[in-house]
Amino acid sequence: MTNNELSYCPGCGHGTAHRLIAETIEEMGIQGDTIGVSPVGCSVLMYNFLDVDMQQAAHGRAPAVATAIKRLMPEKFVFTYQGDGDLAAIGTAETIHACNRGENMTIIFVNNGIYGMTGGQMAPTTLPGMRSSTSPYGRDTILMGNPLKMTELVAQLAGTYFVTRQSVHTPRNVRRAKKAIRIAFENQKLNKGLSFVEIVSNCNSGWKLPPVKANEWMEENMFPFYELGDIKVDGKLVTK
Amino acid sequence: MEKELRLMKGNEAIAEAAIRSGADGYFGYPITPQSEVIEYLMSERPHERTGMVVLQAESEVAAINMVYGAAGAGMMAMTSSSSPGISLKQEGISYIAGAELPCLILNVVRGGPGLGTIQPGQSDYFQAVKGGGHGDYRLIVLAPASVQEMYDFVGTGFELAMKYRNPVMILSDGIIGQMMEKVELGPQKNRRSREEVVKSAPWATTGKTPDRYHNIVTSLDLIAANQEKFNIKLQAKYAVIEENEVRYEEIDTQDADYIFVAYGSSSRICQSAMKIARAKGIKVGLLRPITLFPFPKKCIAEMAETKKGFLSVEMNAGQMVEDVRLAVNGKKPVEHYGRMGGIIPTPEEVVEALERKIIGG
Repeated sequence: MTNNELSYCPGCGHGTAHRLIAETIEEMGIQGDTIGVSPVGCSVLMYNFLDVDMQQAAHGRAPAVATAIKRLMPEKFVFTYQGDGDLAAIGTAETIHACNRGENMTIIFVNNGIYGMTGGQMAPTTLPGMRSSTSPYGRDTILMGNPLKMTELVAQLAGTYFVTRQSVHTPRNVRRAKKAIRIAFENQKLNKGLSFVEIVSNCNSGWKLPPVKANEWMEENMFPFYELGDIKVDGKLVTK
Repeated sequence: MEKELRLMKGNEAIAEAAIRSGADGYFGYPITPQSEVIEYLMSERPHERTGMVVLQAESEVAAINMVYGAAGAGMMAMTSSSSPGISLKQEGISYIAGAELPCLILNVVRGGPGLGTIQPGQSDYFQAVKGGGHGDYRLIVLAPASVQEMYDFVGTGFELAMKYRNPVMILSDGIIGQMMEKVELGPQKNRRSREEVVKSAPWATTGKTPDRYHNIVTSLDLIAANQEKFNIKLQAKYAVIEENEVRYEEIDTQDADYIFVAYGSSSRICQSAMKIARAKGIKVGLLRPITLFPFPKKCIAEMAETKKGFLSVEMNAGQMVEDVRLAVNGKKPVEHYGRMGGIIPTPEEVVEALERKIIGG
């Protein structure tokens, strides 16, 4: 990590997620061999916080940007870091096709069910009934469509090798998430396909809840819909 | 050494030039009338010839963003498309200009608007020359008029792109892309080694080394004062390009009373029109802008002192004519003649337009 002050709201999960990636890079000793791609969204400025070479991609296009970087420098560790609006709405095509081609890289997908940076609008992952500034009376799935489980979707594609869903709101979950990120980076050495780590996270500002309450709300509402755990390991779907 | 000559389509010449110029990556998506570019590349196995990466993307949008990623890593990257596909690429082109990345974009123009037609057109002049995407930026725009120039401008384009860290567009059209002509091929250039890439692009994301800060490729700066400072720097760069990189060709302009201004395919039609006109005793010459940005405005301004009138011949409703008028600045008559929707004007029509709009007007 650099010495720059994080731009995130107090209690936001982005800072923890950043730190886990930074720790993984440090422990693997790959700082000089890692290229990151930041999205459009709250984490657009990630390149100011992580002390590795980084590119900032147009909204949703990080998997395409990362594809070219990895193809041209296959020995590098390449990752994207994207929110749910970026990855699961505007960047759906880039996400699905990078996963389906089996690009040998890592996608970190932070899902807080809302557009944080633009002020709390409805995201593709906003839960049914969940309030946002563009679903002020709650998401009506008949009018506004259903939330998208992108992680389950990409797990079905032949090009994904490791697909998991984690969170970073308790020490226990942080340890699990870190292990998943480590696997996702280590997998790049195997050249067997794409590793996809979803982190279900909070948005205190967008959800209009204090940090502790936001985490409780996340456990009660997000996790039943976005179930935590591995979905695909070593190229095989996990049977539950 | 014996010349290496080959009969090729314009689109094939572009593809062969990409391999021979030592390009690192090509990212494309099929669209008529330029699909031969990626077809030729795939059939040539560039990965075996030079190690060049060629990838068919899921969309034009993805393709231009792949170019962004490759260029951000300091690589020589290019894409190609035709009008509707180039519209899709505009967001990415704006980001590339904003992040000051070098790359090459080929537009084999077809008639528009919308899905338009698959026949040739020049109706993307404004889009290429005036911006296309959002924000105050410029592309360096090269307009080939032959298959040879399609080949040559790949090397020229990459050189200019890297010299100025600016996207370069080759603005071609369906005629030049599809027609076959003799091409003299240049030697195979080696792709640059990773060390050479790092040396030539010290700003690129090639992996942080202990002797430098981490490199960041971005077009974002949330501080307005910084963003303005960056914009001023961009404009200064464009001013240098306008000063140093203007290219054009003059044919029979010395004794001419009238001037056709035309680029690409239209300039070829004008050459035939000149023969017809001169046989009738009308002294007409041709100014062919080779760079559309920077535009040869000084040359036109000088001609405005001595010539009697200008006819801008374009396969569109009149786009470049606005730049000709700006350069002539009211000193002499400037008119436009063009056909649209994929119709190619005949030399006779062009001569008739000159007589009606300029000489008789």
